[in-house]
Amino acid sequence: MTAVLETRSLHKSFGAVVAARDVSIEARRGERLGLIGNNGAGKTTFVNIVSGYIKPDRGEVLLDGADITGLSPRLVSRQGVSRSFQIPQLFATLTPEENLLIALGLARPGGLSSWRAARAQALLDELEPLLSRFGLAPYRHHVIAALPGGVRKLLDIAMAMTGRPKLLLLDEPTSGVAAAEKFPLMDVIMAALEDTAVAVLFIEHDMEIVGRYAERVLAFYDGRVIADGAPAAVLRNADVQRYVTGVNG
Amino acid sequence: MNAIIALGAFLALALAGFLLPGWLVFLAVVGFAKGLVALGLILLMRGGLVSFGQGLFYCAGAYAAGLAMRYGAIGDAALLVASGAVVALVLALVIAPLLAGYRGIFFATLTLALSMIAYGILNKTYVLGGSDGINLRAPSFFGYQPPNSAMANYALFLFTSAIVAVIAALMRRHFDSMSGLLSLAMRDNEIRAEYLGASPRRVTVVNFLVAAGLGGAGGALAALALGHIDPEFAFWTTSGEFVFLAILAGHASIAAVFLASLLLELVRSFSSQYFPNSWQMALGIFLLLVILFLPQGLGSLLRRRRKPRELPIASRAEAPP
Repeated sequence: MTAVLETRSLHKSFGAVVAARDVSIEARRGERLGLIGNNGAGKTTFVNIVSGYIKPDRGEVLLDGADITGLSPRLVSRQGVSRSFQIPQLFATLTPEENLLIALGLARPGGLSSWRAARAQALLDELEPLLSRFGLAPYRHHVIAALPGGVRKLLDIAMAMTGRPKLLLLDEPTSGVAAAEKFPLMDVIMAALEDTAVAVLFIEHDMEIVGRYAERVLAFYDGRVIADGAPAAVLRNADVQRYVTGVNG
Repeated sequence: MNAIIALGAFLALALAGFLLPGWLVFLAVVGFAKGLVALGLILLMRGGLVSFGQGLFYCAGAYAAGLAMRYGAIGDAALLVASGAVVALVLALVIAPLLAGYRGIFFATLTLALSMIAYGILNKTYVLGGSDGINLRAPSFFGYQPPNSAMANYALFLFTSAIVAVIAALMRRHFDSMSGLLSLAMRDNEIRAEYLGASPRRVTVVNFLVAAGLGGAGGALAALALGHIDPEFAFWTTSGEFVFLAILAGHASIAAVFLASLLLELVRSFSSQYFPNSWQMALGIFLLLVILFLPQGLGSLLRRRRKPRELPIASRAEAPP
Protein backbone atom coordinates (compact mmCIF):
# COMPACT_ATOMS: atom_id res chain seq x y z
CA MET A 1 0.00 0.00 0.00
CA THR A 2 1.27 3.50 -0.85
CA ALA A 3 1.20 6.43 1.58
CA VAL A 4 -1.77 8.69 0.98
CA LEU A 5 -0.91 10.93 3.92
CA GLU A 6 2.53 11.83 5.10
CA THR A 7 3.33 14.39 7.77
CA ARG A 8 6.87 15.59 8.31
CA SER A 9 8.01 17.07 11.61
CA LEU A 10 4.77 18.91 12.38
CA HIS A 11 5.09 21.36 15.21
CA LYS A 12 2.43 23.56 16.74
CA SER A 13 2.34 25.49 19.97
CA PHE A 14 -0.28 27.70 21.55
CA GLY A 15 1.71 30.07 23.74
CA ALA A 16 3.59 27.91 26.23
CA VAL A 17 1.56 24.81 25.39
CA VAL A 18 3.10 22.61 22.73
CA ALA A 19 0.32 20.67 21.03
CA ALA A 20 2.38 18.96 18.32
CA ARG A 21 6.08 18.10 18.57
CA ASP A 22 7.82 16.73 15.54
CA VAL A 23 4.88 14.59 14.44
CA SER A 24 5.88 12.49 11.44
CA ILE A 25 3.53 9.74 10.37
CA GLU A 26 2.32 7.95 7.26
CA ALA A 27 -1.10 6.56 6.46
CA ARG A 28 -1.55 4.17 3.59
CA ARG A 29 -4.41 3.86 1.14
CA GLY A 30 -7.31 1.91 2.61
CA GLU A 31 -5.70 1.74 6.05
CA ARG A 32 -7.74 2.08 9.28
CA LEU A 33 -5.68 4.00 11.83
CA GLY A 34 -6.72 4.56 15.43
CA LEU A 35 -5.39 7.67 17.20
CA ILE A 36 -5.30 7.33 20.96
CA GLY A 37 -4.10 9.54 23.77
CA ASN A 38 -5.45 11.28 26.82
CA ASN A 39 -7.04 14.71 26.71
CA GLY A 40 -4.57 17.35 25.58
CA ALA A 41 -2.23 14.78 24.01
CA GLY A 42 -2.45 16.45 20.60
CA LYS A 43 -4.76 14.14 18.64
CA THR A 44 -7.31 16.78 17.70
CA THR A 45 -4.58 19.33 16.98
CA PHE A 46 -3.05 16.80 14.59
CA VAL A 47 -6.42 16.27 12.85
CA ASN A 48 -7.00 20.03 12.76
CA ILE A 49 -3.62 20.60 11.12
CA VAL A 50 -4.17 17.91 8.50
CA SER A 51 -7.68 19.20 7.72
CA GLY A 52 -6.46 22.81 7.39
CA TYR A 53 -8.22 24.26 10.41
CA ILE A 54 -4.88 25.03 12.10
CA LYS A 55 -1.65 26.01 10.39
CA PRO A 56 1.43 24.32 11.82
CA ASP A 57 4.34 26.45 13.05
CA ARG A 58 6.58 24.22 10.97
CA GLY A 59 6.51 20.90 9.20
CA GLU A 60 4.69 19.60 6.15
CA VAL A 61 1.51 17.75 5.31
CA LEU A 62 1.63 15.78 2.07
CA LEU A 63 -1.39 14.19 0.45
CA ASP A 64 -0.48 11.73 -2.27
CA GLY A 65 2.87 13.50 -2.37
CA ALA A 66 1.37 17.00 -2.86
CA ASP A 67 2.07 19.60 -0.21
CA ILE A 68 -1.21 20.77 1.36
CA THR A 69 0.35 22.46 4.40
CA GLY A 70 -1.48 25.58 5.48
CA LEU A 71 -4.26 25.36 2.89
CA SER A 72 -7.71 26.40 4.08
CA PRO A 73 -10.20 23.67 5.09
CA ARG A 74 -12.06 24.36 1.84
CA LEU A 75 -9.00 23.75 -0.32
CA VAL A 76 -7.87 20.78 1.75
CA SER A 77 -11.33 19.32 1.28
CA ARG A 78 -11.07 19.85 -2.47
CA GLN A 79 -7.75 17.97 -2.44
CA GLY A 80 -9.46 14.90 -0.98
CA VAL A 81 -9.41 15.20 2.81
CA SER A 82 -12.74 14.96 4.63
CA ARG A 83 -13.54 14.92 8.28
CA SER A 84 -16.28 14.34 10.77
CA PHE A 85 -16.48 15.99 14.15
CA GLN A 86 -16.65 14.97 17.80
CA ILE A 87 -19.90 16.91 18.01
CA PRO A 88 -21.59 16.29 14.63
CA GLN A 89 -21.51 19.46 12.56
CA LEU A 90 -24.79 19.39 10.68
CA PHE A 91 -27.10 21.92 9.11
CA ALA A 92 -29.54 21.75 11.97
CA THR A 93 -32.61 23.39 10.43
CA LEU A 94 -32.46 21.17 7.33
CA THR A 95 -33.37 17.51 7.03
CA PRO A 96 -30.78 14.72 6.74
CA GLU A 97 -31.72 14.45 3.07
CA GLU A 98 -31.02 18.15 2.51
CA ASN A 99 -27.76 17.89 4.46
CA LEU A 100 -26.62 15.11 2.15
CA LEU A 101 -27.83 16.87 -1.00
CA ILE A 102 -25.70 19.88 -0.12
CA ALA A 103 -22.69 17.69 0.51
CA LEU A 104 -23.28 15.83 -2.76
CA GLY A 105 -23.80 19.05 -4.70
CA LEU A 106 -20.62 20.59 -3.37
CA ALA A 107 -18.66 17.47 -4.25
CA ARG A 108 -19.42 18.03 -7.94
CA PRO A 109 -17.92 20.64 -10.26
CA GLY A 110 -20.08 23.76 -10.43
CA GLY A 111 -21.81 22.75 -7.20
CA LEU A 112 -22.79 26.30 -6.37
CA SER A 113 -24.77 27.00 -9.52
CA SER A 114 -28.07 28.80 -9.17
CA TRP A 115 -29.23 26.90 -12.24
CA ARG A 116 -28.73 23.44 -10.82
CA ALA A 117 -31.79 22.35 -8.89
CA ALA A 118 -30.97 21.12 -5.40
CA ARG A 119 -33.10 18.07 -6.14
CA ALA A 120 -31.69 17.34 -9.57
CA GLN A 121 -32.18 13.72 -10.60
CA ALA A 122 -28.44 13.07 -10.81
CA LEU A 123 -28.03 14.09 -7.17
CA LEU A 124 -31.06 12.08 -6.06
CA ASP A 125 -29.59 9.03 -7.82
CA GLU A 126 -26.44 9.39 -5.73
CA LEU A 127 -28.41 10.14 -2.59
CA GLU A 128 -30.31 6.84 -2.38
CA PRO A 129 -27.30 4.49 -2.15
CA LEU A 130 -25.67 6.82 0.35
CA LEU A 131 -28.77 6.82 2.57
CA SER A 132 -28.96 3.05 2.55
CA ARG A 133 -25.21 2.49 3.03
CA PHE A 134 -25.29 4.52 6.23
CA GLY A 135 -28.73 3.32 7.36
CA LEU A 136 -30.16 6.81 7.14
CA ALA A 137 -33.12 6.18 4.84
CA PRO A 138 -35.72 5.99 7.66
CA TYR A 139 -34.62 9.39 8.95
CA ARG A 140 -34.32 11.29 5.68
CA HIS A 141 -37.11 13.81 6.34
CA HIS A 142 -36.78 14.13 10.09
CA VAL A 143 -35.74 17.01 12.30
CA ILE A 144 -32.01 16.92 13.04
CA ALA A 145 -32.49 17.90 16.69
CA ALA A 146 -34.77 14.90 17.26
CA LEU A 147 -32.38 12.34 15.77
CA PRO A 148 -30.62 9.87 18.08
CA GLY A 149 -26.95 10.70 18.67
CA GLY A 150 -25.73 7.72 16.69
CA VAL A 151 -27.76 8.71 13.64
CA ARG A 152 -26.31 12.22 13.79
CA LYS A 153 -22.83 10.71 13.89
CA LEU A 154 -23.63 8.58 10.85
CA LEU A 155 -25.01 11.56 8.96
CA ASP A 156 -21.90 13.57 9.81
CA ILE A 157 -19.69 10.81 8.40
CA ALA A 158 -21.92 10.19 5.38
CA MET A 159 -21.60 13.89 4.50
CA ALA A 160 -17.83 13.64 4.79
CA MET A 161 -17.84 10.68 2.38
CA THR A 162 -19.76 12.39 -0.43
CA GLY A 163 -16.62 13.82 -2.01
CA ARG A 164 -15.07 10.35 -2.32
CA PRO A 165 -12.11 11.45 -0.22
CA LYS A 166 -8.66 9.88 -0.19
CA LEU A 167 -8.40 10.48 3.53
CA LEU A 168 -11.19 10.50 6.12
CA LEU A 169 -10.57 11.92 9.58
CA LEU A 170 -13.07 10.85 12.23
CA ASP A 171 -12.94 12.76 15.50
CA GLU A 172 -14.28 10.42 18.20
CA PRO A 173 -16.98 8.71 16.15
CA THR A 174 -18.48 6.99 19.20
CA SER A 175 -18.33 9.82 21.72
CA GLY A 176 -21.69 10.75 23.15
CA VAL A 177 -23.19 7.46 22.00
CA ALA A 178 -24.62 4.99 24.54
CA ALA A 179 -22.22 2.16 25.39
CA ALA A 180 -24.48 -0.49 23.88
CA GLU A 181 -24.67 1.43 20.61
CA LYS A 182 -20.95 1.94 20.04
CA PHE A 183 -20.19 -1.36 18.34
CA PRO A 184 -23.29 -1.34 16.12
CA LEU A 185 -22.40 2.22 15.12
CA MET A 186 -18.82 1.32 14.26
CA ASP A 187 -20.06 -1.74 12.37
CA VAL A 188 -22.23 0.49 10.18
CA ILE A 189 -19.39 2.95 9.60
CA MET A 190 -16.83 0.29 8.73
CA ALA A 191 -19.28 -1.59 6.49
CA ALA A 192 -20.08 1.67 4.66
CA LEU A 193 -16.37 2.28 4.09
CA GLU A 194 -15.55 -1.31 3.24
CA ASP A 195 -15.44 -1.12 -0.54
CA THR A 196 -13.62 2.19 -0.64
CA ALA A 197 -9.89 2.84 -0.78
CA VAL A 198 -10.18 5.72 1.66
CA ALA A 199 -7.62 5.85 4.45
CA VAL A 200 -9.39 6.37 7.76
CA LEU A 201 -7.84 8.01 10.82
CA PHE A 202 -10.13 7.89 13.81
CA ILE A 203 -9.58 9.38 17.22
CA GLU A 204 -10.94 7.10 19.92
CA HIS A 205 -10.83 6.80 23.69
CA ASP A 206 -12.48 3.38 23.92
CA MET A 207 -9.68 0.82 23.66
CA GLU A 208 -12.12 -1.97 22.84
CA ILE A 209 -13.21 -0.03 19.77
CA VAL A 210 -9.59 0.65 18.85
CA GLY A 211 -8.65 -3.01 19.32
CA ARG A 212 -11.51 -4.22 17.16
CA TYR A 213 -11.56 -1.70 14.29
CA ALA A 214 -8.05 -0.27 13.89
CA GLU A 215 -5.42 -2.01 11.80
CA ARG A 216 -2.75 0.26 13.20
CA VAL A 217 -2.63 2.56 16.21
CA LEU A 218 -0.81 5.82 16.86
CA ALA A 219 -0.52 6.77 20.52
CA PHE A 220 -0.11 10.45 21.34
CA TYR A 221 1.27 11.93 24.51
CA ASP A 222 2.29 15.53 25.16
CA GLY A 223 2.09 16.41 21.45
CA ARG A 224 4.32 13.48 20.37
CA VAL A 225 3.66 10.09 18.87
CA ILE A 226 4.97 7.69 21.51
CA ALA A 227 3.94 4.44 19.82
CA ASP A 228 3.00 3.35 16.32
CA GLY A 229 2.09 -0.17 15.31
CA ALA A 230 -0.43 -2.97 15.46
CA PRO A 231 -3.16 -2.43 18.10
CA ALA A 232 -2.11 -5.29 20.36
CA ALA A 233 1.52 -4.24 20.36
CA VAL A 234 0.74 -0.56 20.98
CA LEU A 235 -1.68 -1.32 23.79
CA ARG A 236 1.01 -3.49 25.42
CA ASN A 237 3.62 -0.75 25.10
CA ALA A 238 4.81 0.35 28.56
CA ASP A 239 4.67 4.08 27.75
CA VAL A 240 1.18 3.72 26.33
CA GLN A 241 0.04 1.84 29.41
CA ARG A 242 1.61 4.47 31.63
CA TYR A 243 0.51 7.65 29.83
CA VAL A 244 -2.55 6.71 27.79
CA THR A 245 -4.48 3.68 28.94
CA GLY A 246 -3.42 3.97 32.57
CA VAL A 247 -3.26 0.20 32.94
CA ASN A 248 -0.14 0.38 35.09
CA GLY A 249 -0.78 3.44 36.91
CA MET B 1 -42.78 25.99 -14.47
CA ASN B 2 -41.60 29.11 -12.66
CA ALA B 3 -41.76 31.05 -15.92
CA ILE B 4 -45.35 29.93 -16.57
CA ILE B 5 -46.42 30.89 -13.05
CA ALA B 6 -44.68 34.25 -13.44
CA LEU B 7 -46.37 34.88 -16.79
CA GLY B 8 -49.75 33.95 -15.31
CA ALA B 9 -49.15 36.24 -12.35
CA PHE B 10 -48.17 39.10 -14.65
CA LEU B 11 -51.31 38.68 -16.79
CA ALA B 12 -53.49 38.55 -13.66
CA LEU B 13 -51.82 41.69 -12.31
CA ALA B 14 -52.22 43.46 -15.66
CA LEU B 15 -55.94 42.73 -15.63
CA ALA B 16 -56.31 43.67 -11.96
CA GLY B 17 -54.44 46.94 -12.52
CA PHE B 18 -56.83 47.79 -15.33
CA LEU B 19 -59.84 47.24 -13.09
CA LEU B 20 -58.60 48.63 -9.77
CA PRO B 21 -58.77 52.31 -8.78
CA GLY B 22 -55.72 54.46 -9.51
CA TRP B 23 -54.79 55.02 -5.85
CA LEU B 24 -54.57 51.28 -5.28
CA VAL B 25 -52.51 50.79 -8.44
CA PHE B 26 -50.14 53.50 -7.21
CA LEU B 27 -49.83 51.81 -3.80
CA ALA B 28 -49.15 48.52 -5.56
CA VAL B 29 -46.25 50.05 -7.53
CA VAL B 30 -44.72 51.47 -4.36
CA GLY B 31 -45.36 48.19 -2.55
CA PHE B 32 -43.79 46.09 -5.31
CA ALA B 33 -40.79 48.41 -5.48
CA LYS B 34 -40.22 48.00 -1.75
CA GLY B 35 -40.93 44.29 -2.11
CA LEU B 36 -37.93 44.00 -4.43
CA VAL B 37 -35.71 45.54 -1.74
CA ALA B 38 -37.19 43.23 0.90
CA LEU B 39 -36.64 40.23 -1.39
CA GLY B 40 -32.94 41.09 -1.48
CA LEU B 41 -32.96 41.36 2.28
CA ILE B 42 -34.63 37.96 2.53
CA LEU B 43 -31.88 36.54 0.33
CA LEU B 44 -29.36 37.82 2.86
CA MET B 45 -31.42 36.56 5.79
CA ARG B 46 -31.56 33.06 4.30
CA GLY B 47 -27.78 33.11 4.56
CA GLY B 48 -27.94 34.22 8.19
CA LEU B 49 -27.29 37.93 7.65
CA VAL B 50 -29.54 40.86 8.46
CA SER B 51 -28.83 44.23 6.91
CA PHE B 52 -30.07 47.26 8.83
CA GLY B 53 -28.88 49.48 6.01
CA GLN B 54 -30.58 48.25 2.88
CA GLY B 55 -31.88 51.79 2.46
CA LEU B 56 -28.39 52.61 1.16
CA PHE B 57 -29.00 50.66 -2.05
CA TYR B 58 -32.62 51.74 -2.27
CA CYS B 59 -31.41 55.33 -2.08
CA ALA B 60 -28.51 54.75 -4.50
CA GLY B 61 -30.92 53.29 -7.09
CA ALA B 62 -33.38 56.14 -6.63
CA TYR B 63 -30.72 58.83 -6.95
CA ALA B 64 -29.14 57.08 -9.92
CA ALA B 65 -32.49 57.16 -11.71
CA GLY B 66 -33.16 60.74 -10.64
CA LEU B 67 -29.75 62.02 -11.71
CA ALA B 68 -29.85 60.07 -14.96
CA MET B 69 -33.16 61.75 -15.72
CA ARG B 70 -32.06 65.22 -14.63
CA TYR B 71 -28.50 65.33 -15.96
CA GLY B 72 -28.37 62.44 -18.42
CA ALA B 73 -31.59 63.30 -20.24
CA ILE B 74 -32.64 59.67 -19.90
CA GLY B 75 -36.39 59.37 -19.70
CA ASP B 76 -37.06 55.72 -20.38
CA ALA B 77 -38.14 53.68 -17.37
CA ALA B 78 -36.17 50.59 -18.40
CA LEU B 79 -32.92 52.52 -18.67
CA LEU B 80 -33.60 54.38 -15.43
CA VAL B 81 -34.30 51.20 -13.48
CA ALA B 82 -31.28 49.51 -15.05
CA SER B 83 -29.10 52.46 -14.06
CA GLY B 84 -30.45 52.25 -10.50
CA ALA B 85 -29.63 48.55 -10.27
CA VAL B 86 -26.16 48.99 -11.80
CA VAL B 87 -25.18 51.90 -9.56
CA ALA B 88 -26.31 49.99 -6.45
CA LEU B 89 -24.40 46.94 -7.66
CA VAL B 90 -21.21 48.95 -8.21
CA LEU B 91 -21.59 50.50 -4.77
CA ALA B 92 -22.02 47.02 -3.28
CA LEU B 93 -18.93 45.80 -5.14
CA VAL B 94 -16.93 48.51 -3.42
CA ILE B 95 -18.16 47.77 0.11
CA ALA B 96 -18.61 43.97 -0.15
CA PRO B 97 -14.95 43.20 0.67
CA LEU B 98 -15.33 45.23 3.87
CA LEU B 99 -18.55 43.54 4.94
CA ALA B 100 -17.93 39.95 3.83
CA GLY B 101 -15.89 39.11 6.90
CA TYR B 102 -18.54 40.20 9.38
CA ARG B 103 -21.55 38.36 10.71
CA GLY B 104 -24.45 38.95 13.07
CA ILE B 105 -24.83 42.31 14.75
CA PHE B 106 -21.49 43.54 13.35
CA PHE B 107 -22.67 43.10 9.77
CA ALA B 108 -26.03 44.68 10.59
CA THR B 109 -24.46 47.66 12.32
CA LEU B 110 -21.91 48.26 9.57
CA THR B 111 -24.62 48.34 6.93
CA LEU B 112 -26.61 50.73 9.10
CA ALA B 113 -23.56 52.97 9.53
CA LEU B 114 -22.91 53.07 5.78
CA SER B 115 -26.51 53.99 5.01
CA MET B 116 -26.44 56.77 7.59
CA ILE B 117 -23.19 58.12 6.12
CA ALA B 118 -24.95 58.26 2.74
CA TYR B 119 -27.89 60.03 4.39
CA GLY B 120 -25.58 62.62 5.91
CA ILE B 121 -23.70 63.22 2.67
CA LEU B 122 -26.89 63.60 0.63
CA ASN B 123 -28.35 66.03 3.15
CA LYS B 124 -25.39 68.34 2.72
CA THR B 125 -24.78 67.92 -1.01
CA TYR B 126 -26.77 70.71 -2.61
CA VAL B 127 -25.97 69.69 -6.18
CA LEU B 128 -27.95 66.54 -5.39
CA GLY B 129 -30.83 68.53 -4.00
CA GLY B 130 -29.71 68.54 -0.35
CA SER B 131 -32.42 67.75 2.18
CA ASP B 132 -35.12 68.84 -0.31
CA GLY B 133 -34.19 66.14 -2.79
CA ILE B 134 -34.99 66.02 -6.49
CA ASN B 135 -38.25 65.88 -8.42
CA LEU B 136 -38.65 63.47 -11.31
CA ARG B 137 -40.94 63.77 -14.29
CA ALA B 138 -43.04 60.87 -15.58
CA PRO B 139 -40.91 58.38 -17.53
CA SER B 140 -41.54 56.91 -20.96
CA PHE B 141 -41.83 53.17 -21.55
CA PHE B 142 -39.74 51.86 -24.46
CA GLY B 143 -40.48 55.08 -26.36
CA TYR B 144 -44.15 55.30 -25.34
CA GLN B 145 -45.04 58.43 -23.38
CA PRO B 146 -48.40 58.00 -21.63
CA PRO B 147 -50.74 60.89 -22.49
CA ASN B 148 -52.12 61.44 -18.97
CA SER B 149 -51.37 60.64 -15.35
CA ALA B 150 -53.85 57.74 -15.18
CA MET B 151 -52.21 56.04 -18.14
CA ALA B 152 -48.76 56.83 -16.72
CA ASN B 153 -49.80 55.23 -13.45
CA TYR B 154 -51.05 52.08 -15.20
CA ALA B 155 -48.04 51.89 -17.51
CA LEU B 156 -45.67 52.09 -14.55
CA PHE B 157 -47.72 49.41 -12.81
CA LEU B 158 -47.43 47.12 -15.84
CA PHE B 159 -43.73 47.80 -16.12
CA THR B 160 -43.19 47.15 -12.38
CA SER B 161 -45.31 44.00 -12.48
CA ALA B 162 -43.26 42.66 -15.39
CA ILE B 163 -40.02 43.26 -13.48
CA VAL B 164 -41.46 41.70 -10.34
CA ALA B 165 -42.64 38.62 -12.28
CA VAL B 166 -39.23 38.08 -13.90
CA ILE B 167 -37.32 38.67 -10.65
CA ALA B 168 -39.69 36.43 -8.70
CA ALA B 169 -39.23 33.57 -11.19
CA LEU B 170 -35.44 33.93 -11.11
CA MET B 171 -35.34 34.11 -7.34
CA ARG B 172 -37.60 31.08 -6.98
CA ARG B 173 -35.20 29.19 -9.20
CA HIS B 174 -32.28 30.37 -7.11
CA PHE B 175 -33.95 29.49 -3.79
CA ASP B 176 -34.63 25.97 -5.07
CA SER B 177 -31.11 25.56 -6.42
CA MET B 178 -28.05 24.09 -4.77
CA SER B 179 -26.79 27.62 -4.24
CA GLY B 180 -30.03 28.61 -2.51
CA LEU B 181 -29.99 25.53 -0.30
CA LEU B 182 -26.37 26.24 0.60
CA SER B 183 -27.34 29.71 1.82
CA LEU B 184 -29.76 28.10 4.26
CA ALA B 185 -27.06 25.66 5.33
CA MET B 186 -24.57 28.46 5.93
CA ARG B 187 -27.01 30.12 8.27
CA ASP B 188 -26.79 26.95 10.38
CA ASN B 189 -23.12 26.11 10.14
CA GLU B 190 -20.59 27.99 8.03
CA ILE B 191 -17.68 25.91 9.29
CA ARG B 192 -19.22 22.67 8.08
CA ALA B 193 -20.01 24.26 4.72
CA GLU B 194 -16.35 25.20 4.37
CA TYR B 195 -15.22 21.69 5.28
CA LEU B 196 -17.44 20.42 2.48
CA GLY B 197 -15.61 22.65 0.02
CA ALA B 198 -17.91 25.68 -0.06
CA SER B 199 -16.73 29.26 0.23
CA PRO B 200 -19.00 31.04 2.74
CA ARG B 201 -17.34 34.33 1.79
CA ARG B 202 -18.23 33.87 -1.87
CA VAL B 203 -21.84 32.97 -1.06
CA THR B 204 -22.11 36.01 1.22
CA VAL B 205 -20.68 38.35 -1.41
CA VAL B 206 -22.92 37.02 -4.19
CA ASN B 207 -26.02 37.31 -1.97
CA PHE B 208 -24.98 40.82 -0.96
CA LEU B 209 -24.51 41.91 -4.58
CA VAL B 210 -27.84 40.47 -5.70
CA ALA B 211 -29.58 42.09 -2.72
CA ALA B 212 -27.97 45.41 -3.61
CA GLY B 213 -29.04 45.13 -7.25
CA LEU B 214 -32.60 44.41 -6.18
CA GLY B 215 -32.43 47.32 -3.73
CA GLY B 216 -31.27 49.65 -6.50
CA ALA B 217 -33.98 48.52 -8.90
CA GLY B 218 -36.59 48.90 -6.14
CA GLY B 219 -35.32 52.39 -5.32
CA ALA B 220 -35.47 53.47 -8.96
CA LEU B 221 -39.03 52.14 -9.33
CA ALA B 222 -40.12 53.87 -6.12
CA ALA B 223 -38.56 57.11 -7.35
CA LEU B 224 -40.47 56.86 -10.64
CA ALA B 225 -43.73 56.17 -8.78
CA LEU B 226 -43.32 58.91 -6.20
CA GLY B 227 -41.81 61.46 -8.59
CA HIS B 228 -39.54 62.68 -5.85
CA ILE B 229 -36.44 61.47 -4.04
CA ASP B 230 -34.74 62.79 -0.94
CA PRO B 231 -32.15 61.61 1.60
CA GLU B 232 -34.87 59.91 3.66
CA PHE B 233 -34.50 57.01 1.22
CA ALA B 234 -31.25 56.18 3.07
CA PHE B 235 -32.49 56.99 6.58
CA TRP B 236 -32.46 54.21 9.14
CA THR B 237 -36.25 54.13 9.45
CA THR B 238 -36.48 53.28 5.74
CA SER B 239 -34.02 50.41 6.22
CA GLY B 240 -36.00 49.35 9.29
CA GLU B 241 -39.11 49.22 7.17
CA PHE B 242 -37.44 46.68 4.87
CA VAL B 243 -36.50 44.53 7.85
CA PHE B 244 -40.08 44.86 9.08
CA LEU B 245 -41.30 43.77 5.66
CA ALA B 246 -38.93 40.80 5.47
CA ILE B 247 -40.13 39.57 8.87
CA LEU B 248 -43.72 40.10 7.86
CA ALA B 249 -43.28 38.07 4.67
CA GLY B 250 -40.95 35.33 5.94
CA HIS B 251 -38.72 33.47 3.53
CA ALA B 252 -40.98 30.58 2.59
CA SER B 253 -42.70 32.22 -0.37
CA ILE B 254 -41.65 34.88 -2.84
CA ALA B 255 -45.22 35.88 -3.65
CA ALA B 256 -45.68 36.57 0.05
CA VAL B 257 -42.99 39.26 -0.08
CA PHE B 258 -44.94 41.31 -2.59
CA LEU B 259 -48.29 40.58 -0.94
CA ALA B 260 -46.84 41.61 2.42
CA SER B 261 -45.40 44.75 0.92
CA LEU B 262 -48.74 45.69 -0.63
CA LEU B 263 -50.51 44.88 2.63
CA LEU B 264 -48.07 47.04 4.55
CA GLU B 265 -48.63 49.96 2.19
CA LEU B 266 -52.39 49.56 2.65
CA VAL B 267 -52.11 49.39 6.44
CA ARG B 268 -49.82 52.43 6.43
CA SER B 269 -52.10 54.35 4.08
CA PHE B 270 -55.29 53.67 6.02
CA SER B 271 -53.59 54.09 9.39
CA SER B 272 -52.15 57.47 8.44
CA GLN B 273 -55.54 58.54 7.16
CA TYR B 274 -57.55 57.44 10.18
CA PHE B 275 -54.89 57.71 12.95
CA PRO B 276 -52.57 60.39 11.59
CA ASN B 277 -50.74 60.81 14.90
CA SER B 278 -50.41 57.18 15.84
CA TRP B 279 -50.18 55.23 12.61
CA GLN B 280 -46.73 53.88 13.56
CA MET B 281 -48.40 52.27 16.57
CA ALA B 282 -50.87 50.53 14.25
CA LEU B 283 -47.95 49.20 12.21
CA GLY B 284 -46.24 48.00 15.39
CA ILE B 285 -49.35 46.17 16.56
CA PHE B 286 -49.70 44.63 13.12
CA LEU B 287 -46.13 43.31 13.22
CA LEU B 288 -46.57 42.05 16.77
CA LEU B 289 -49.63 40.06 15.74
CA VAL B 290 -47.78 38.56 12.79
CA ILE B 291 -44.83 37.52 14.99
CA LEU B 292 -47.19 36.00 17.57
CA PHE B 293 -49.47 34.13 15.23
CA LEU B 294 -47.35 33.64 12.10
CA PRO B 295 -43.74 33.41 13.30
CA GLN B 296 -42.66 32.17 9.86
CA GLY B 297 -44.34 35.17 8.23
CA LEU B 298 -47.23 35.43 5.82
CA GLY B 299 -45.37 33.11 3.46
CA SER B 300 -46.02 30.19 5.78
CA LEU B 301 -49.70 30.46 4.80
CA LEU B 302 -48.87 30.15 1.10
CA ARG B 303 -46.14 27.51 1.18
CA ARG B 304 -47.27 23.93 0.88
CA ARG B 305 -46.66 21.82 3.95
CA ARG B 306 -43.88 19.27 3.57
CA LYS B 307 -43.84 15.70 4.77
CA PRO B 308 -43.96 15.34 8.54
CA ARG B 309 -40.55 15.88 10.03
CA GLU B 310 -41.15 14.40 13.48
CA LEU B 311 -39.66 11.06 14.34
CA PRO B 312 -42.09 8.31 15.23
CA ILE B 313 -42.09 8.11 19.03
CA ALA B 314 -40.78 4.53 19.00
CA SER B 315 -37.68 5.37 17.02
CA ARG B 316 -36.59 8.32 19.12
CA ALA B 317 -34.85 6.12 21.65
CA GLU B 318 -33.67 3.57 19.12
CA ALA B 319 -30.05 2.64 18.71
CA PRO B 320 -28.54 3.52 15.35
CA PRO B 321 -29.24 0.93 12.71
